[in-house]
Amino acid sequence: MSSTESLNGKGLALIPRTDTAQTMKDFKSDQEVRWCPGCGDYAILAAVQSFLPELGLRRENIVFVSGIGCSSRFPYYLNTYGFHSIHGRAPAIATGLAASRPDLSVFVITGDGDALSIGGNHLIHALRRNVNLNILLFNNRIYGLTKGQYSPTSEIGKITKSTPMGSLDKPFNPISLALGAEAGFVARTIDSDRKHLQSVLREATAHRGTSLVEIYQNCNIFNDGAFEALKDPAVRDDITIKLEHGQPIVFGTGENEKAVRLSPYGGVEVVRRSEVADSEILVHDMHNSDPSLAFALSRLDDPAFEHVPIGIFRSVDRPSYDHLMNEQVAAAAAEKGKGQLSDLLLAGDTWRIS
Amino acid sequence: MTKQVQQLDRVIIRFAGDSGDGMQLTGDRFTAETAQFGNDLSTLPNFPAEIRAPAGTLPGVSSFQLHFADHDILTPGDAPNVLVAMNPAALKANLGDLPRGADIIANTDEFTKRNLQKVGYAGNPLEDESLSEWRVHAVPLTSLTVGALEGFEISKKDAERAKNMFALGLLSWLYNRPTEATVKFLKAKFAKKPTIAEANVAAFQAGWNYGETTESFSVSYEIKPARLAPGVYRNISGNQALAYGLIAASVQSGLPLFLGSYPITPASDILHELSKHKRFGVRTFQAEDEIAGVGAALGASFGGSLGVTTTSGPGVALKAETVGLGVTTELPLIIVDVQRAGPSTGMPTKTEQTDLLMALYGRNGESPVPVVAPATPSDCFHAAIEAARIALKYRTPVMLLSDGYLANGSEPWRVPEMDDLPDISVDFTTEPNGDDGTYLPFKRDPETLARPWAVPGTAGLEHRIGGIEKADGTGNISYDPDNHDKMVRLRQAKIDGIDVPDLEVDDPDGDARILVLGWGSTYGPIAAAVRRVRKGGAKVAQTHLRHLNPLPANTGDVLRSYDKVLLPEINLGQLALLLRARYLIDVIGYNRVRGLPFKAEELAAVIQDVIDSE
Repeated sequence: MSSTESLNGKGLALIPRTDTAQTMKDFKSDQEVRWCPGCGDYAILAAVQSFLPELGLRRENIVFVSGIGCSSRFPYYLNTYGFHSIHGRAPAIATGLAASRPDLSVFVITGDGDALSIGGNHLIHALRRNVNLNILLFNNRIYGLTKGQYSPTSEIGKITKSTPMGSLDKPFNPISLALGAEAGFVARTIDSDRKHLQSVLREATAHRGTSLVEIYQNCNIFNDGAFEALKDPAVRDDITIKLEHGQPIVFGTGENEKAVRLSPYGGVEVVRRSEVADSEILVHDMHNSDPSLAFALSRLDDPAFEHVPIGIFRSVDRPSYDHLMNEQVAAAAAEKGKGQLSDLLLAGDTWRIS
Repeated sequence: MTKQVQQLDRVIIRFAGDSGDGMQLTGDRFTAETAQFGNDLSTLPNFPAEIRAPAGTLPGVSSFQLHFADHDILTPGDAPNVLVAMNPAALKANLGDLPRGADIIANTDEFTKRNLQKVGYAGNPLEDESLSEWRVHAVPLTSLTVGALEGFEISKKDAERAKNMFALGLLSWLYNRPTEATVKFLKAKFAKKPTIAEANVAAFQAGWNYGETTESFSVSYEIKPARLAPGVYRNISGNQALAYGLIAASVQSGLPLFLGSYPITPASDILHELSKHKRFGVRTFQAEDEIAGVGAALGASFGGSLGVTTTSGPGVALKAETVGLGVTTELPLIIVDVQRAGPSTGMPTKTEQTDLLMALYGRNGESPVPVVAPATPSDCFHAAIEAARIALKYRTPVMLLSDGYLANGSEPWRVPEMDDLPDISVDFTTEPNGDDGTYLPFKRDPETLARPWAVPGTAGLEHRIGGIEKADGTGNISYDPDNHDKMVRLRQAKIDGIDVPDLEVDDPDGDARILVLGWGSTYGPIAAAVRRVRKGGAKVAQTHLRHLNPLPANTGDVLRSYDKVLLPEINLGQLALLLRARYLIDVIGYNRVRGLPFKAEELAAVIQDVIDSE
């Protein structure tokens, strides 16, 4: 077994650990938090701050890198190292950092505009490379910081400042996109469910390689209630599909109880629980090396929240880019000896003039 | 038959053929032999951007010019003494540069009716009188090669492809070059195909023997080794020197090198070279685009690496925003711009100096960046170390402006002693620097104005940086008007205060009234032109800018002490604009943007004109 394989599933294996007990307070910076009152970002920040001590890492070995947008202010509020960069480029910057510093736990904080519009290219390439990054994508389906234009996850026909007659472009489904890029770890959670959010973060940080966590986040100013159906106690249980590894995919209560099974047309479909035999119900396997079923599950939330899977769609180990890169560096030195500058400059044809 | 050997002090050879004829390889090998022999030399490869333009056409012509001499020379030469023309297109494309009386070695096998028609020759110029003013050596290179390789079990195509080695052998005989290294090279290059290796060696030797026996060449030439400063020499191209300089900077700074790059002509060879040297701890990252290349480099810098990105003009345009982020977060970063002809895609394989203003000003906001420009191919080594020194000492992105001419051109280089390389080591900040044990990421060194550099992993110094304006000292987000004004001025003052050496003027008698000023890759042609003018009895001073930002402190004084300042640039006057604005001096520009370096003869005439107009 190569050292690469031995790191699989151990996202934090190379990060120095602390002996000191940490609390949420240790991860709060002295900066005043300046999101709009009621913003979903507060809940995510609190969830992350209270989750980080659980990792038991040295605080100085944690770095939050962000792009531009409301969510990208996140690093300022965490008492770790942080880099608030430029629009869309956080995955690129984080890639250079993580690849050169395997002893760091690197988080990328991004939003639907930052990650999927201006930074779409960097996102898909980070996912396919599998650099050891935890990408938290706050999806509020709107542009907040520029004050209310539609985003690449806004539904078609969205009326916004820049689309008074309705938006024309089909939205991205971030989960489908990430699975299409063959990301090793893909999950979705929601700002209002701290327990679920933290359970997903736990798995995401344990994964070695790029993990993408989409977090449904409410923008109460420009797109309030975008995910209300998932929060409203009256209906949420009937539309939320909580994916759990090894469990049959069923959801809803009473008459509304439903199940997911393979569709005769390819993909998967939602059917009434009462109409399907137990053996027909799809059992969720997040470790399936073929991403097709995970992709099919990600399509269930189209077109508009009739049923929405949350949880971990996919968690598959493969060697991380940073580790492979550092292995090559180590192998080159082991094979040919550590580089000596004078040898390099004098290699090849030389001649002496005296 | 013993042939006469004639002594020459210098020769300019141009190998020209179709893109598929292997002219760059032939030129490289002749260069290696020449370097091995000990001549001073300078090369100018010239090739189309197309990998394989239609065979036999004018756009498909690839050439390699080599100037070598028994004394130190400064340029690849203006006009070839010898043209090796592998086909009619190569003859037609290069004849205009060939002075009367020069030798033409033409591959008659390719002068077929069809090939002649392709390039618009009505008749065969080798057979009519049109080349009577040149010395034509009509040699059936292809059929001679195929004939020499009859015993080899290789295809006719492979046999024909060895004709460049036959030509190399012939030229090696003609100029008495050492051949062992080429034989060794061919065996190594085709190690996996021993038959091909043997065939190429045989073609090479057949070319040599042909020279010795044919009546077409009655004289061979000898050019004595040059008397250069003592030391160990090697031949080196600009891109290779630049890559080595970056590795040296990594060694001398003690920081691992991280290259984030996206392939682009003519910079890609730096990525290729650096990717071979992982044993030096070099990490090369071929990014998804130019922006990710510089982004990853900046991220690595944040983590304590020596972050570098390499590109050409179009890439610099894309990287601008990230460079600005580097300016405001005050992180070390090296941006290598191997300039090429623009705008837009321009002429990717042709040289130009047109990115100076972009390097200096091509970003939003007040975003000062130091600019260093190497003067010669081998100077790329030292310029890279200098760029790293500035980047690390002052915590700033630095632009390193090479160009296509330096990148692909080569010259002998006296390998420096390790002890002569500067120590550019860095002290990361590890202790709090504020009252009450806090860390102030923007508390500056009073002397350099550089901010402290604490890398992630340093306990107790956790901090956040970013593109939003920062409060002086604490680095916290600040929209305070006075703070912004202060920070803009501090960032500018830091760059203005960088320690760069004074301009040195070459003025042998000290009484010249005309100064020729240049920057970057024009050094060789300008210096060669100045020599010519001085040989003609006129007086002229020369100086050359290596630091374009900040300019040396004595620049204004130097410029003001001459009646006239002539500034040749391969752009429409970008540095002239700056000097006029800053020093109110009526700099005389000489500007050509033909995608080619200046010729010494051309500049000598321009200098003479300025002198005569006094």
